[in-house]
Amino acid sequence: MKLLGIETASDACSAALMLGGETLQRFEIAPRRHADLILPMVDQLLAEAGISASTLDAIAFGRGPGAFTGVRLAAGVTQGIAYGLDLPVVPVSSLATLAQGVDADQVWAGFDARLGEVYWGAYRRSSAGLMEAVIDEVVCAPEAISDGGLTEATGIGHAWLTYEQPLRQKLGSRITRILPDQLPRAADLLRLAEALVAGGELVTAAEAQPIYLRTPSWR
Amino acid sequence: MPYLIESSILAGHIPTLKGDGFYRQTPANAKNYLMKVIGIETSCDETGIALYDSVSGAMFQRLHSQIKLHAPFGGVVPELASRNHIQRTLPLLDELLSEAGGGKGQIDGIAYTAGPGLIGALLAGAAIARSLAWALNRPAIGIHHMEGHLLAPLLAAGDKPEFPFIALLASGGHTQLIQADRHGCYQMLGQTVDDAAGEAFDKIAKMLGLGYPGGPEVSRLAETGQPGRFKFPRPMVNRKGLDFSFSGLKTFVRNTIASQTEKAQTLDRQTIADICLEFETAVVDSLTIKCRRALRQCNTPRLVIAGGVSANRRLRQKLTEMALQEGGAAYFPPPDLCTDNGAMIAYAGYLRLASGARQGNEISARARWPLTELRPPRQPETEHL
Ligand SMILES: Nc1ncnc2c1ncn2[C@@H]1O[C@H](COP(=O)(O)OP(=O)(O)OP(=O)(O)O)[C@@H](O)[C@H]1O
Ligand SMILES: [Mg+2]
Repeated sequence: MKLLGIETASDACSAALMLGGETLQRFEIAPRRHADLILPMVDQLLAEAGISASTLDAIAFGRGPGAFTGVRLAAGVTQGIAYGLDLPVVPVSSLATLAQGVDADQVWAGFDARLGEVYWGAYRRSSAGLMEAVIDEVVCAPEAISDGGLTEATGIGHAWLTYEQPLRQKLGSRITRILPDQLPRAADLLRLAEALVAGGELVTAAEAQPIYLRTPSWR
Repeated sequence: MPYLIESSILAGHIPTLKGDGFYRQTPANAKNYLMKVIGIETSCDETGIALYDSVSGAMFQRLHSQIKLHAPFGGVVPELASRNHIQRTLPLLDELLSEAGGGKGQIDGIAYTAGPGLIGALLAGAAIARSLAWALNRPAIGIHHMEGHLLAPLLAAGDKPEFPFIALLASGGHTQLIQADRHGCYQMLGQTVDDAAGEAFDKIAKMLGLGYPGGPEVSRLAETGQPGRFKFPRPMVNRKGLDFSFSGLKTFVRNTIASQTEKAQTLDRQTIADICLEFETAVVDSLTIKCRRALRQCNTPRLVIAGGVSANRRLRQKLTEMALQEGGAAYFPPPDLCTDNGAMIAYAGYLRLASGARQGNEISARARWPLTELRPPRQPETEHL
């Protein structure tokens, strides 16, 4: 199976290509430059693999939650490519992707959502090695997060940088370690996408829509 | 229904648009020959998609307006606009292609609005447009929204303007007088120092409790207005130069409304109509005087009017008369192509792509982008498909 993956929900811009067992990735921390970088990254991956885009089986994208503009970019790029090449689409949670990238079995993953809130999820690794959500992802104040019933877990994502204090207060000694600088990567997104494809969780190009979690402020 | 434009374009040839800087006739086998170009407009609160067929002159288009979506907020909410564009663009494009027949394989190039406008809204269209072009292995080009408006009169039936010409761009966000020397060569002669003309219509409509957009409403009510009852100032006409100002007029109207409501609790229909008429006439007079001045100053007989306000009937009539008096002619877009639409973007994109302009794979958009920064497209012989 040949899968293309795109993840631009955070300060990191990345694209990855899965060819059977092998995954190629481009990853750059490049705030506000995602729109310039993403298609050239995809081009480079295809060139490196020596394949044409028309041989892809599906395209996966980080559907959020995350920065609105970044998530929308991933959705827009996915729509264009999927529509142009008649590819099915696999939406993947950007928080689950973040969690997938850490060497731990239980994870509290959070992005700083600004305005005093976090995008939050709790994940447990399955026997197949894939992160599964144990609660619905939410946007809420750090004081209001749920531990998802995890007895202990690794804290990951920049929510842990901005809101370390309130999160520590809430979760205390059950935090095994904190990795606040970790960002979601397209290669990890593809690990999750592969299973979703197998499970038939595919949508059409027009259905490649962001999950924002938050309704916009008026201005 | 396809929107068919009367066209002097010969099948098998790149159209020759008359005037300096336009393309000479090129044989059909030229490498840069483009037949069908998609236009995607998402700069503000309308999703406009079009397919322009340069051989037949047919223009298919779809438009989704977000007016209802933003109405409760009293203005366009940028994030809501962006969210709506990313939902609407692809389904509209799909509908359009089914109507035109032939599917996406027929697309030879894609044009999208790259600015100026709301950055999130622009990026939504840009991401879809450029990625689709990438997937289809076709060229994509980012178009200046106001160049789209400016070239829309070339889509009108009948006489089309030749370069050089003077252009009055009057819309919701702009009121500018431009000297268009050739395609892509624009000089700023004057612009509004405060509100745009369309914005003034919208604000007056709001004061009078009319709907949004205000232009069509004010203009409709003005038809039953009686001349002479009110006298509003003609802004800036005694001032030298070619700049505009509408905020003084706006204040004057506000004061008039206030003194009228003092007399009678609510404004009766006739009073509203009379105010609309005098306001519209004041705006039209002011625009006409400046346009006349511009034609004389630049010694150019042709006046092109574009942007939402160019739909205004009184303005069309006045400017047509004025241009005739000056020994020239006035040119307007077809009525349905005055406000934002995908057709003008498809056409402006077609002109640039057909003359060889090409861009990289960066998904680019600019919230601010002066029209005068544009350059003519590359000439055919320097670039190939
Ligand atoms: N018949 C009319 N008379 C006067 N004004 C009109 C008429 N029809 C539309 N307008 C005005 O045109 C404007 C909309 O035009 P358009 O869609 O070109 O503007 P915009 O895209 O919002 O702004 P810009 O093009 O500057 O970014 C509104 O302000 C509207 O009131
Ligand atoms: Mg406009």
